[in-house]
Amino acid sequence: MIEFLMNPWPWWFSGIVISLVMFILLFFGKAFGVSSNLRTICSIAGAGKKVKFFQFDWKSQIWNLVFLAGAIIGGYIAKNFLSYDVPLELSEKTISDLAELGFNKPKGIQPEELFDLKNIFSLKGFLTLSIGGLLVGFGARYAGGCTSGHAISGISNLQMPSLIAVIGFFIGGLIMTHIIFPLIFN
Amino acid sequence: MKFIKFLFVGIVFGILMTKSEAISWYRIQEMFRFQSFHMYGIIGTAVVLGIVGVYFIKKIGLKDISGNPIILHPKEKGFWRYIFGGTIFGFGWALSGACPGPMFVNIGVGFLSFIVVVLFSTVGTYLYGLLENKLPN
Repeated sequence: MIEFLMNPWPWWFSGIVISLVMFILLFFGKAFGVSSNLRTICSIAGAGKKVKFFQFDWKSQIWNLVFLAGAIIGGYIAKNFLSYDVPLELSEKTISDLAELGFNKPKGIQPEELFDLKNIFSLKGFLTLSIGGLLVGFGARYAGGCTSGHAISGISNLQMPSLIAVIGFFIGGLIMTHIIFPLIFN
Repeated sequence: MKFIKFLFVGIVFGILMTKSEAISWYRIQEMFRFQSFHMYGIIGTAVVLGIVGVYFIKKIGLKDISGNPIILHPKEKGFWRYIFGGTIFGFGWALSGACPGPMFVNIGVGFLSFIVVVLFSTVGTYLYGLLENKLPN
């Protein structure tokens, strides 16, 4: 059991736990959706004074910010108490594709080339991180949800808008990976 | 204290995102290159169980913890906002390798560079709020 939890979790187990998280939140009278927290953060920072979109009762969303704080703590626990220090087992095909873009074989869960802290201080590194974040934040709100709200909750409820949004996620992801990556990484 | 239960569910979510490796830029690349079943297996399992569970919640009229019927609020109808918004989101998801949940979880794991990603995703959300009425729905 402990051994099972310490190793990387298989996809089926991970999928079961995600659906449990969604059902527990429904049972608590809430909806599973992470990106709406970004709107809440804007409201708390005072964006409602200038922009109508941020004028809402953000106090009703405190539960979701607490959930988010838990998610950060959960990452810390998983890394420090629930993991062996083993490299990620990436598909050989992906390793060779990424090598062509200048990425080394995985040593950990994230590529140092992008997420080592020193990237913040290089122009290219900073632009990758900031533009990536900007697009996710803008796109999630425009589409009215992210992976949790659309791909998991929305499709579970058989909503057409969520299916369209997920198709969009893939159009964007495929264009970025196959067309734009070869232009920016080499 | 009434929020403590959400902290626990959040902790489970953070552990799950890390242990499933869904927070990894590499895994997102694998997914967008169709070179592994892993991410499709995770999302697919969650969606299949979700569809079955939501069906039964509606069928038997299950109530939540405070006795109110469990309702899933449908998204408003539309096409362009979902396809355009989704595509922009997809650009960012592939580039940063993280959707909103994993961005925060990565900070907890110790990848502090994700603070920049989170900060700018907040800026992106603000920009959407500014432009909301000028965008096609």
